[in-house]
Amino acid sequence: MEPDQGPAPVVGTVARRGGGRAAMQPLLRWETGLVVAAFAILLLGIAVSSEFLTNGNFFYLCISVGEVAIMTLPLTFIIIAGEIDLSVASTLGLASALVGYLWTQGWPMPAIIPTVLAMGVVTGAFNGLLVTRLGLPSLAVTIGTLTLYRGIAIILLGPDTISNFPFSYTKIGVDPVPGIPFLSYSVLIFLILAAIFGVVLHFTRFGRSLFAIGTNQEAALFAGIRVKRIKLLLFILSGVVCSAAGILYTLRLSTAVQGNGLGLELSAVAIVLLGGVSIFGGKGSIFGVVLAVFVFAGLQNALFLSNFNELALGIVTGGLLLVSVLVPNLGSFAERARDLFKRRARRGSAAAAARQA
Amino acid sequence: MTAVPGTAPVTSNAARLVDVVFRIREFGIIAVLGLLVLVTALIQTRFLSMSELQFVLVDTTIFALLAVGETMVVLTRNVDLSVGSVLGLSAFLSADMFGKHPGTSIVTVFAIGIGIGVACGVANGLLTTIGRVPSLVVTLATLYIIRGIDVLLVGGGQVVASSLPNSFLNIPQATTFGIPDLAIVIAVGVALVAYYLRSYRSGRELYAIGSNPEAARLAGIPIGRRVFMTFVVSGAVAGLAGVLWAAQYGTIDSTAGTGYELQVIAAVVVGGVAIFGGSGTVIGAALGALLLNTINSALYVLGISNYWDQAIAGFLLITAIALDRLITVQLTAALRRRSRLGA
Repeated sequence: MEPDQGPAPVVGTVARRGGGRAAMQPLLRWETGLVVAAFAILLLGIAVSSEFLTNGNFFYLCISVGEVAIMTLPLTFIIIAGEIDLSVASTLGLASALVGYLWTQGWPMPAIIPTVLAMGVVTGAFNGLLVTRLGLPSLAVTIGTLTLYRGIAIILLGPDTISNFPFSYTKIGVDPVPGIPFLSYSVLIFLILAAIFGVVLHFTRFGRSLFAIGTNQEAALFAGIRVKRIKLLLFILSGVVCSAAGILYTLRLSTAVQGNGLGLELSAVAIVLLGGVSIFGGKGSIFGVVLAVFVFAGLQNALFLSNFNELALGIVTGGLLLVSVLVPNLGSFAERARDLFKRRARRGSAAAAARQA
Repeated sequence: MTAVPGTAPVTSNAARLVDVVFRIREFGIIAVLGLLVLVTALIQTRFLSMSELQFVLVDTTIFALLAVGETMVVLTRNVDLSVGSVLGLSAFLSADMFGKHPGTSIVTVFAIGIGIGVACGVANGLLTTIGRVPSLVVTLATLYIIRGIDVLLVGGGQVVASSLPNSFLNIPQATTFGIPDLAIVIAVGVALVAYYLRSYRSGRELYAIGSNPEAARLAGIPIGRRVFMTFVVSGAVAGLAGVLWAAQYGTIDSTAGTGYELQVIAAVVVGGVAIFGGSGTVIGAALGALLLNTINSALYVLGISNYWDQAIAGFLLITAIALDRLITVQLTAALRRRSRLGA
């Protein structure tokens, strides 16, 4: 689970990271691959169904991926910083349950929204404090809170389904953004957030420090980066953004049930890794993740139109995830195979020499 | 070193301290378990009825089996998230044999279930060791891929109890002196695995790999082979658990075992196995499974809604890892103090 980092040449690594163009090149190649994949999926979609290129279908595509897409942004930050947050979908579910619960208690919507966002601060801070103050592995902590937050959602709502939300809010699930008939509000929010996250990650000190932490936490600390505080901030950010996604999810479906967003953490992790972010931290870009969102959603949509069993889409999600982590390793496979052959050959010639002698 | 007087008792003291702390972990679970049973039984005597206890025990055996397999993987600083999906696939395919080929022997069905598990374990193991992909990512992916295959195979249908032979459905029901036979067999199995991990070289090597992979490699331990083996064992165990699940519940659709992986990991961690490897025992993990299951049925007997199950499981998991961390910190500090005194 944790990377087997040998005694890394500390100074050299940091210098290379900061060095700009040379470090960006493999990323650019990965993103070029994603663009090609996106085009291939576009062609696949057109081939399977005449429905694919319609405004209605693209709106459906946007609607289906919007909230997951939003959750990938803070997750990208967290993974680049060398941690993980598996509780994102449960935070979404808990936010959704809280929206429903407060609504049945007669709260007005303008009061519910800030309350649920504040809940996101609390859930995120809980994750973050356990990771930074107690020094627990984020993997174990967020598997725990994945269960805990979903559990609280179940306690809040029980078997109830709450769906009497006012149409002035739930219309975001039916109406596209005015003037752009294929764009949903959720994807509009995603694109705006992606621009902000992209600027923060790639053009600010804070963003650079995430790469430094993910590459070598010790070195980052000695370079004066407040590692713990930044990690805590990232988890809080994730909590807030995921609860915002939970509000959108609830209003979009006009339904609050205990199981909202169940299992979406995998989709979010899969998209982030498909976007070229390294699970070991220190590598990745928001641009790649945005491309991955569209590759992921496009493929699911194309398969959906071709009458592929919707529940079996996990095969595709899982397959994409595997491909995205195996492909970057291909180079090292080739190297290892070459090494093995060389060693074999050497051993073979040595044996032959021994036989001759 | 050994010639210096006073050194030997210090190291044995330290060793004793480590020993005590690890034993305390299992005693702690047993104590909590005892307290839980006592309090629940005082409030609701029905809790100690034979049928209730038998049900908890059989349920626990399936759960404990998975926890034991998972422990072996976790010891090596890896994780297997696919166990729930493997259980589901194995439960459906093995039980489906009775419907598709009437007269299939029970032994064949068990072999098929275990075989499916081994195949999944081999895939996980190869991707992790040869593919050099972190096992978290590999098994997250196979969790969904195997479940997807399950959904495609099952379609909308399900296996119902009436299509299963009675001899098969009776397996979890058989008892000796009131104790389910299955629980006895599994308890013996757990004891054997515990002995293997404690006393055999390849068993100890799993701990070495989890404690420090780099040091293990330099010490000449075949890490790849050992890790691969743990995934195969975990898969085989999940396959076996699937067949038992089919016998216990009778009705199997494509959702059997969904979300089980996190409960299994919770049991393992509550049982004192460190999530980043290197320490813990299968007996602890099995006790962790027993504790979580007992809590569930105690809540049920006490009339507390089962909507609380998941929140309690999550809370326990976090408490367990936090406590574990605090104990380790204290222990390292204590050991350091002692060795300084000795020097």
